[in-house]
Amino acid sequence: MSATGIGAAVRRKEDQRFITGTGNYTSDITRPGEVRAYFVRSPHAHATIDKIDVSAAKRMPGVVDILTGADLAGDKIGGLICGWAITSKDGTPMKMGAHPAIAADKVRCVGDAVAVVLAETLLQARDAAEAVQVDYGVLPAVVDPAKATAKGAPQLHDVAPNNLIYDWHLGDKAATEAAFAAAKHVTKLDIINNRLVPNAMEPRAAIAEYDQGNDALTLWNTSQNPHVARLVISAFVGMAPEHKLRVIAPDVGGGFGSKIFIYPEEVVALWAARRVKRPVKWVSDRSEAFLTDAHGRDHVTHAELATDANHKITGLRVHTIANIGSYMSTFSSSVPTYLYATLLSGQYAIPAIYAEVDAVYTNTAPVDAYRGAGRPEATFVVERLVEVAARELGLDPAEFRRKNFVTSFPHQTPVIMTYDAGDYDASMTKAMEMIDYKNFGKRKAESEKNGKLRGIGFSTYIEACGIAPSQAVGSLGAGVGLWESAEVRVNPTGSVEILTGSHSHGQGHETTFAQLVSDRLGVPIDTVSIVHGDTDKVQFGMGTYGSRSGAVGMSAISKALDKIEDKAKKVAGYMMEAAADDIEFKDGKFTVKGTDKSVGWGDVTLNAYIAHKFTGGQLEPGLKEGAFYDPTNFTFPAGCHLAEVEIDPETGKITIANWVAVDDFGNIINPMIVEGQVHGGIAQGVGQAMLEGAHYNADGQLVTGSFMDYAMPRAADLPSFKVDTTVTPCPSNPLGIKGCGEAGAIASPAALINAITNAVGHENVPMPATPSVVWKAAQGGMKKAAE
Amino acid sequence: MPNVTVTVNGKSHTVDVAPETLLVELIREKLRLTGTHVGCDTSQCGACVVHVDGAAVKSCTMLAMSADGATVTTIEGLANGSTLHPMQEAFREHHGLQCGFCTPGMIMTAVDIVNRKGGNLDEHTIRDELEGNICRCTGYHNIVKAVGAGARAMAGGGKSAQAAE
Repeated sequence: MSATGIGAAVRRKEDQRFITGTGNYTSDITRPGEVRAYFVRSPHAHATIDKIDVSAAKRMPGVVDILTGADLAGDKIGGLICGWAITSKDGTPMKMGAHPAIAADKVRCVGDAVAVVLAETLLQARDAAEAVQVDYGVLPAVVDPAKATAKGAPQLHDVAPNNLIYDWHLGDKAATEAAFAAAKHVTKLDIINNRLVPNAMEPRAAIAEYDQGNDALTLWNTSQNPHVARLVISAFVGMAPEHKLRVIAPDVGGGFGSKIFIYPEEVVALWAARRVKRPVKWVSDRSEAFLTDAHGRDHVTHAELATDANHKITGLRVHTIANIGSYMSTFSSSVPTYLYATLLSGQYAIPAIYAEVDAVYTNTAPVDAYRGAGRPEATFVVERLVEVAARELGLDPAEFRRKNFVTSFPHQTPVIMTYDAGDYDASMTKAMEMIDYKNFGKRKAESEKNGKLRGIGFSTYIEACGIAPSQAVGSLGAGVGLWESAEVRVNPTGSVEILTGSHSHGQGHETTFAQLVSDRLGVPIDTVSIVHGDTDKVQFGMGTYGSRSGAVGMSAISKALDKIEDKAKKVAGYMMEAAADDIEFKDGKFTVKGTDKSVGWGDVTLNAYIAHKFTGGQLEPGLKEGAFYDPTNFTFPAGCHLAEVEIDPETGKITIANWVAVDDFGNIINPMIVEGQVHGGIAQGVGQAMLEGAHYNADGQLVTGSFMDYAMPRAADLPSFKVDTTVTPCPSNPLGIKGCGEAGAIASPAALINAITNAVGHENVPMPATPSVVWKAAQGGMKKAAE
Repeated sequence: MPNVTVTVNGKSHTVDVAPETLLVELIREKLRLTGTHVGCDTSQCGACVVHVDGAAVKSCTMLAMSADGATVTTIEGLANGSTLHPMQEAFREHHGLQCGFCTPGMIMTAVDIVNRKGGNLDEHTIRDELEGNICRCTGYHNIVKAVGAGARAMAGGGKSAQAAE
């Protein structure tokens, strides 16, 4: 392994600009003559818009224009769409209500835009926004997904009677019912997977500029996938043809899924820029972000697990109500279906699984993918069921898991997925050693001596990443293919530019992708640059989410590098008067097999461009190759997290005493970056399990609408983590990579709740397990113990 | 419109500002020093931390006019030319950043912690002292490591924060 090649903990190339304050985030950009946009947003969760009077506001200082939903409709700007078609049990398509970028007739959640003010300065735009008069006809609201389909519930969209978008199912119902009928023991749980606000630290932003001479638009935005944004804004919104629309996502300050989606503000900025013929800049406030960024999770689930007399799991069934919010966000339909129910087999050989999912509209912010997206929800269901079943059966949770692990591969689950490789016992065993599981009892006794409760909890998770084979996702309703593209441009002097359709917003692609190139071509890492996030530079790409950039994005680069190597060998062949087949390439040197004749990388790249030695006109000059890589399967990262907590029963305070994560991500490019991804994922999962919860009151007001009210994990809430890996290479891509971006967030909530419930001695601990929740649980647990 | 005179990263500026202008707006929009970030609107996240007369301040919480006559250091002024401040080096060395958005505020806060508490910081102190800075990417694990290492480097003959200001 070279110091900068695959497997090395190379320090990140992108850090120089971030630690010196010279990054280039969207909100850092100003365009000459720009106006600032500020949105007038609904204070009501559900209301008709009876009248909008902008006349007084328009006369205020600095106001350039004020635009409404009627203006948008007048200019025939289309609405936003959800790009994944889900079909209900009865074969009917999902019921997608219209989603105009500015509401015209009715608002459906607090924060729905009703007008946009364009002014010379942000303060002027804000002042004028307050002077826009909107007459609302306030309607009753529904925020609880479990009540959305009830008789008499307020109706959001005419196309979706009873607020039901789809009732979908997966698996073999009859076989599952038979398994439960024959079960020796059935474990039942009611679970609320709490609603979360993604809260990337950089709030969303959009700057749009109209080039009148060429009738072309440019959008700078905070996007995880600028090409998909361009496609949707062009093909569905109808803003401009694709070749007349450039989307640039520069440095992006975190995404976690929330910046995958195409949002109203981007559409409005483009449209407004063309109308007023000046650049338009919009930057979200954090308060706006809480109201308008797509939220995550929000499932209400009943789940059951059947076991036989030998403690083998024989069946699993769930019914889930998924809150989609007020509108269907870009990929919202896929999250509680194909990203959720397909993972309900966990790491276990379960012969029969049946899942039913009802997706419902409510008067809340749209809900879509958030780190893990469906897989955290599935893992929480499975890992809570398994842990509770072990407790009910009087078994050690590790033993019960071992008894039911999938041990031979490939393994076909009853819910679509074919697991390709893994060793689940290896990661669990290693995690148990790292946390000193066998001495947990001693530590528990020690805690008890001090009046504290102690608990330990497992989460042996699996996820499907590397999203995904285009044919497979197409057959499941995806409106797009999920391949990735790469272009390798080698300059005459031997430096290399990689153009990728993946997008880095914290993942460190400028380093890891360069490591691959350095490894393959034997060139110094500093001579490799990674270009991403600009539709004018990169031809097309599907962006970054679902831990796909390594498994899919880097595989595309690898494929393009294969072609570069082939071409370079031909060039070297002309230079050394040998056949390309006789050329070996290693460590940046081309050698004629069996001879000491060789030429270096820089000689070959220069000769590729001067082309003086290409006789016969059979070899094109230049050294540039592209590739599209479409995976043949999902990848299946898996592993074991173990959480150990100490609880003060008098205050409900939880101290995370130990956290161990052993993950199998397949081959690893940069272990430092991988560990960082695990740390961050655990923090978000711990946040979900003990701190975070987006709460709407019955009127639809978000009462956790700022960092004052919504508990983001802070440094003192978390411990240092013990992180390690086991490796079974992924057989379905050339690099053997599985992906690491989401595992921490997927695994950790179940581990923590399993630890807390183990400590308090009963299962009734909802998320987030705040001190008040845990205090009540601990008091109840002690009462139960005393009885 | 009133004007304020501030020395930012060693350079004096006299700028006309509306009275309601925040220090962060002066820094980002008037002086175009965009390394100082805005991550919230309730003075919680700490992405906007700068040093005012040597102490860490959330620049979204201070009016520009209150900084009249003050000496301000932003993330852009922390390095000594092309030589990084030890805390900047420590963040890179220990992978204390991912998306980079909270990083300027984290580093400015970290330097302030060392200025107040010295170079020998235990994990508990570091975690407590980072209370006013939110990071969504790193889970703080590597930030804590970076701050500890940066603190030791600052104390051990590395360039002191005072010298940098």
